[in-house]
Amino acid sequence: MINLRDKGAEIWENQGRVGRVVLALCGVTVVASLPFLGGTILNTPIADYESVLVYPIAMFVLMAIGLNIVIGKSGLLDLGYVAFFAIGAYTMGLLGTKTGLNTWEILPIGIAMAMFSGIILGIPALKLRGDYLAIITLGFGEIVRIVALNLGALGRSEGILNIPTPPAIFGIEYTFDSHRIYYWTLLVLILLAIWMVRRLSARRAGRAWESIRQDEDAAELLGVPTFRYKIWAFVLGASVGGAAGVFYASKTLFIAPDNFTLQISILILACVVFGGMGNIWGVILGAVILGYLPDRIRFISDARLLVFGLVLVIMMNLRPDGLLPRKKREKTIDKKDAT
Amino acid sequence: MIGSFLDQFWSLTFGGLSLGFIYILIALGYTMVYGVLRMINFANSEIFMVGTFATIIIIRDVFKFTQTSEYATGFRLWLILATALIFAMMVSGTLSMIVEIVAYRRLRRMNSGVLAPLISAIGVSMVLAESVRILTDSRPVASPRAMEKRFIGQFFDAGIRIDNTIIVISALVLFGILMSFVNKTRMGKAIRAVSMNPNAARLMGINIDGVVSATFLVGGLMTGAAGFFYVLKYENTASNIGFELGIAAFTAAILGGIGNIKGAFFGGLALGLLETYASFFLGTQWKAVTVFIVLVLVLYTRPNGLFGEALTQTRA
Repeated sequence: MINLRDKGAEIWENQGRVGRVVLALCGVTVVASLPFLGGTILNTPIADYESVLVYPIAMFVLMAIGLNIVIGKSGLLDLGYVAFFAIGAYTMGLLGTKTGLNTWEILPIGIAMAMFSGIILGIPALKLRGDYLAIITLGFGEIVRIVALNLGALGRSEGILNIPTPPAIFGIEYTFDSHRIYYWTLLVLILLAIWMVRRLSARRAGRAWESIRQDEDAAELLGVPTFRYKIWAFVLGASVGGAAGVFYASKTLFIAPDNFTLQISILILACVVFGGMGNIWGVILGAVILGYLPDRIRFISDARLLVFGLVLVIMMNLRPDGLLPRKKREKTIDKKDAT
Repeated sequence: MIGSFLDQFWSLTFGGLSLGFIYILIALGYTMVYGVLRMINFANSEIFMVGTFATIIIIRDVFKFTQTSEYATGFRLWLILATALIFAMMVSGTLSMIVEIVAYRRLRRMNSGVLAPLISAIGVSMVLAESVRILTDSRPVASPRAMEKRFIGQFFDAGIRIDNTIIVISALVLFGILMSFVNKTRMGKAIRAVSMNPNAARLMGINIDGVVSATFLVGGLMTGAAGFFYVLKYENTASNIGFELGIAAFTAAILGGIGNIKGAFFGGLALGLLETYASFFLGTQWKAVTVFIVLVLVLYTRPNGLFGEALTQTRA
């Protein structure tokens, strides 16, 4: 099968500095103009098209980028990613309703809370082998939901109501139904996340994660402080999840434990696996497709989790590298490793 | 609090014991598979869930019990219970084998590492849970009561309920059968051989695929029996019960040392009692949290469990 990822990389690498800037600007413009295409074939029959762009699509993309650091880059299976999303959202809910802080002030606090819980969970969990990590994170995701469901301070099953919208910046007002504004803000967050992941991947951290993913013992023997880099991957992934959570809460203005079930973790996992673990563009593509299709095709929207489960099984068995696989160079190392 | 705990100690203990035996049977599903594949079978919890539905189908649809029917007695009662148990075991066992073929077999042949089979098993369990959810309209399903739940004895102040007694005795029998299957039969020997060293086992002419299938079948049979006992005790089920019970049973397996059959026995009992006592003090809504904390503590302090890892140690 043709490797779109390598084709794309080739075009990108053959450009000079100016060419790259132009390409990037074109890309951003196209993506930013998506809300204006509501009347076209892209329109979603079930939900409002522009709100679908915000949630699930843009939100899934952001979370998938975060989860990709953990699963794709460092090969750690985190099944409780929804926990960090929930922690960010509840931070926004609590501080937004109880204190006078606004969304932009809470955003760093929410990210810090998510990172902190990432450390708390990571220290015991990351000492263990991969499948134990999976089940511990799975449990953790559910525990966070149960705690939210049972603690009076977090509103129990009623959740938190009347969360404030973000305050206006540059004279642009955020209102409940101005989906475009939210979409563009999320786009900025996504670009920041992409930038962060790309910078890190090109440096020591990226090489350390890559070595951990391929062979943790060998990495440790070669002097890579694997535990520290695993914690790093985990915490960075958590930070993106937390940011998504803060923003989600100030978009929906109402959160309840039911918004943070295990299914979210699985959906995001499906996005990452479907698009191509480890390749950020693949992951984004996966999240866009899996976020969009259930709202475009009525049949899927009734059974979206069923379809996503099937996607996981089929992709793992037939095309484990995803739609847009990671770089060829990294893949050849995989192949050699497996034989 | 302490006073009323002591008052209720024995009735809590009996409830905890029967819950513990349900955990043991599900934990055996995890442990058997782990023993041969060194892999957590994420779909086991949904195999249990399907087992509970299979039980209800027998009681409600085959023997036509409704919420207002009279209780069955005598031979008819035993016939119903036995049919439901065997049907649940067959359904879960078959399903477990299918799960192995769909989720694991191809990936095992490709030698694909740990991540891929885990994700593929999670996909399968998602598909199972969602299919049942759609079929049942996301509603919990109550099981009609076929058996009068009377007390058959008294121990200190606590009455011994008949369903708890049936669960404990039949689970003990099933456990005994499993132990002798693993220790005495030819297939059991093959399973132990594969769990010790798959490559050497293959060189000795053991059909690995057959052994893996048999292991999933046996694990599924035990898990299906757990589904029957669960319905007998709690009389309801839902498409999402697999998750909580699955995590608890997995914790039980870890507690005793995953891959170790005797470990699953003691881990299940310990967890069943612990969870029942903890629910008494903290309230049932924190049950899952207790289980999770036990899981983290065990994995952190004693990752091989109390009795050590590996199916190979079950040799008598």
